[in-house]
Amino acid sequence: MSESVAALPKGGRVRAKLDRDDVMMRLWMVVIALYLVVTLAFPLYAMLSKSVSTFRFDLTWFEFQVSDEEGHFNTAPILASALNADLDLYGETDLATGSDGRLPATTFFPEFSFRSPVMYRIRGTVDDATFLVGSTRHQGREWVELDSNTFRRVQLRPAASSGLDNFRTYFATPALSNSITNSLVIATVSTIVTIVLAFAFAYALNRSCARFKGFFRLVAMAPILVPSLLPGIALVYLFGNQGMLKGLLMGESIYGPIGIVIGAVFFTFPHAFLIISTALAISDARLYEAASALRASPWKTFWTVTIPGARYGLISAAFVVFNLVITDFGLPKVIGGQYNVLAVDIYKQVIGQQNFEMGAVVSVVLVIPALLAFAVDRFVQRRQVAQLTARSVPFQPKPDRARDRAWFACCAVIAVFILGILGVCQFAALVKFWPYDLSLSLNNYRFDLMDGGGWASYYNSIKMGLITAAIGTVIIFFGAFLVEKSNGFTTGRNIFQMFAMLPMAIPGMVLGLAYIFFFNDPANPLNVLYGTMAILVICTITHFYTVSHLTAVTALKQMDREFEAVSASLKQPAMKLFSRVTVPVCLPAILDISIYLFVNAMTTVSAVVFLYSPKTSLASIAVLNMDDAGDIAPAAAMGMMIFYTNAAARIIHLALSRGVMKRTQAWRFR
Amino acid sequence: MTVTLTPDVSLQISGLWKTFGDFVALKDISLEVMDGEFVCFLGPSGCGKTTLLRAIAGLDLQTRGTVIQDGRDVSALPPSQRDFGIVFQSYALFPNLTVHRNIAYGLENQGRTRSEIRARVAELLETMGLPDQSDKYPAQLSGGQQQRVALARAIATSPGLLLLDEPLSALDAKVRVRLRHEIKDLQRRLGVTTIMVTHDQEEALSMADRIVVMNHGVIEQIGSPTAVYRDPVSLFVAGFIGEMNQFDARVVDSGRVRVGQSEFCCRTHDHEAGAAVVAAIRPDEIVPLGTGYRPSPEDVNCEKVTLADMAFLGSFWRCLLHSEDFGREALMADFPTNAVRRLSLEAGQDIHVSLQESGLMAFARDV
Repeated sequence: MSESVAALPKGGRVRAKLDRDDVMMRLWMVVIALYLVVTLAFPLYAMLSKSVSTFRFDLTWFEFQVSDEEGHFNTAPILASALNADLDLYGETDLATGSDGRLPATTFFPEFSFRSPVMYRIRGTVDDATFLVGSTRHQGREWVELDSNTFRRVQLRPAASSGLDNFRTYFATPALSNSITNSLVIATVSTIVTIVLAFAFAYALNRSCARFKGFFRLVAMAPILVPSLLPGIALVYLFGNQGMLKGLLMGESIYGPIGIVIGAVFFTFPHAFLIISTALAISDARLYEAASALRASPWKTFWTVTIPGARYGLISAAFVVFNLVITDFGLPKVIGGQYNVLAVDIYKQVIGQQNFEMGAVVSVVLVIPALLAFAVDRFVQRRQVAQLTARSVPFQPKPDRARDRAWFACCAVIAVFILGILGVCQFAALVKFWPYDLSLSLNNYRFDLMDGGGWASYYNSIKMGLITAAIGTVIIFFGAFLVEKSNGFTTGRNIFQMFAMLPMAIPGMVLGLAYIFFFNDPANPLNVLYGTMAILVICTITHFYTVSHLTAVTALKQMDREFEAVSASLKQPAMKLFSRVTVPVCLPAILDISIYLFVNAMTTVSAVVFLYSPKTSLASIAVLNMDDAGDIAPAAAMGMMIFYTNAAARIIHLALSRGVMKRTQAWRFR
Repeated sequence: MTVTLTPDVSLQISGLWKTFGDFVALKDISLEVMDGEFVCFLGPSGCGKTTLLRAIAGLDLQTRGTVIQDGRDVSALPPSQRDFGIVFQSYALFPNLTVHRNIAYGLENQGRTRSEIRARVAELLETMGLPDQSDKYPAQLSGGQQQRVALARAIATSPGLLLLDEPLSALDAKVRVRLRHEIKDLQRRLGVTTIMVTHDQEEALSMADRIVVMNHGVIEQIGSPTAVYRDPVSLFVAGFIGEMNQFDARVVDSGRVRVGQSEFCCRTHDHEAGAAVVAAIRPDEIVPLGTGYRPSPEDVNCEKVTLADMAFLGSFWRCLLHSEDFGREALMADFPTNAVRRLSLEAGQDIHVSLQESGLMAFARDV
């Protein structure tokens, strides 16, 4: 064929003339793409550059001169590096520091006394050398003369450069780099356990006639409605130092890997269940008929039909769970004890030690497995779609009393586990003083008496959830519409798609930290957002962009792709089609996106933990902070408030969806 | 740019190319469509017919070449600035709008009053034979009804050009045949220039004023239905439209070919003597002469065959004929039912048949 291409007459390609709609749609797409660049790409870039910026004290940069007791400078100036060598004060590694590093000048003068009449001079030997006198910053080669009492307040500042030193330090510090192994172990074990349980649960609901399937399905989804740290709190009550089931652990502590794994199974269960259940639901009944016609044993059928049919779902679920666990912060913070994991390390480095560079390094380390898990998941999901055929016949399980009872028991155990965790939290929130006074009271709901922002943080959360749902749905759906339905501009659309997929691969902690670096930079005009509700909303929308975007794209793809062509041929503006047809037809998906954003805004901890201010504290953050302060019962109470709020939101969403379906989707029912 | 056109040319396409990377989907297409004409683009899937239609509509722009509509160069214009109505295979009816609002969709924002729009929609529904369906949703209509609504929507604004992209292929056979006549009838009444894409040769033969036969991105032949059926210019056209027996032959001299041991009078076109060609004849151009027929010397193209198999297909019998000259390939022939009765033909008989001279054609072999 290529020789035919060579026969193409010379001259330029026919260039499309754009009509106003095309131009408008491209402009809007650029606007939303810019939003993603500013709220995602720039912060990540700021974080990356932070991770490779290193600070160390360069002692050859500073020169001192000391006077005699009369104030005459008779001796020659001497370099700080020379003094250091003479006194053997600091080795090479001691001089590495952070951006806030300060080195008191007096350390180079062992005989220094602030009462001494001796005068000191200090200057830089290069233009970049900086030191502080009190809070006054001096830079350059001018001599500064100071009396002893003032010299006491002289601090040397480090020289900035870029390089991989931070990473070297990280991997040379076992206390830090051990977390990599810890995180991987935790994520792997949790993934295996969750997948096995979720598969059994999904199998029972799809392939048996066990009773109460609807109820079980509902229970399985409950963990989505609570912050990931809530199971941690329940586990403290059950297995903690005063836990009622502590004996079951046989001396092991719940504070550590055991607690994290149990909690992780709880909060990742619904995600795994949903994916695996979908995979099992689409499998083809005709394969089972063929297997039984060939007299295959149930065991053989299971391994040759069921598992291969669900394998993409299983793999996809495994990587989603792995990703959720390894990036989760709330749970290991509450129940991890001394067992360090990457996500908590970021928090400790930044909030505990104010070592932002090291926080950035840990973030980069955490992004790698998260990015890998994300990439595998995307790859697998693409294969799963290709497997679907329109001719598949859905599998209809036949009743079998013994088997159905066994599956019922299996589901019941898992349901008891999930409801038990929630129940313990609710119970703990209502008792006066665990475990000594089990009488009920509402004392633990007097949040205003505790650290963590009180009831205001709860109302903040609802406000944040509503704003996020409203604005996020508009931006995300409109963005998906533009990228799906505009003409030409292929490169631009592909870049947009890539940006829309990226947030899923970025752990919340990393996003939050990146926001500090980007938005808290005084040189950034967007700095005004820092500490406001707006930045929480922006961060949350970006954090949960991908899933919402995919929901929108799926709905839009189901629409006839010729609608746009028909509308254009009838000379109607693109926005008319959007408002009259696209939005009404996609309304169920739009509602799904908004409830997804609301629920996640209510439960998220990881990204916003770096970004809230005293005025904008959130309920989920309050849970974390109250737990940190030892107010565990109020933390459980607040966690359950989030649960009830989300459950109510879900019910409203359901009612709304039904109502909307009836009015605008009448065409669906003949 | 000055464009000189004969007054009744509605659409002029010249030097149109479309490439996707290395793949050439359309290769140097040039074509004129007259005012009020019904033209079919016919070809197997992947031949480029839909690509050509979408280029005319401005939905997928061509790589090179010009499209001139009513004297206006629309080559690079977006669909909204061209003048056409379109019906897709899927109909693309807006599912959440009633039939009325679907048809009225293009009439809004055009300076028409509400009552004008209502009157126009009612008129269109009447024309389409759907007067009492206006408040239904598309999903409540049958496939044929949806088709008509899509057509009504496309012609509501009285466009100068109507584009139909496989409009009938989603329907079942009976509805399809009925709608063929309805669409053709409507087109004739409105006098609207129409281009229809189809892969169904019967549809093209029964509806089109002219057929554009396409293959591998090039136009093989343009002509009236009878012309492309009777005088195909290539083996592809001959084989694609209607049934065709094909067999190897050698040109003896102008007007004569040799097949096996026999010579036949044949339309050799401009093939030289001695050239190896493919001779082709349609099944209905083979006429039965009966069992006891004694060929006279004046009989040309008379061949002795064995009636190997017969299948009754209503108005005719489809028969498989074997003969020494044609080797192992069976000839397919359609004998009228009354001829079979008159000649008392039965499977297994040895009979004579005549290969009609006007129906026997020689083509270059496919390279």
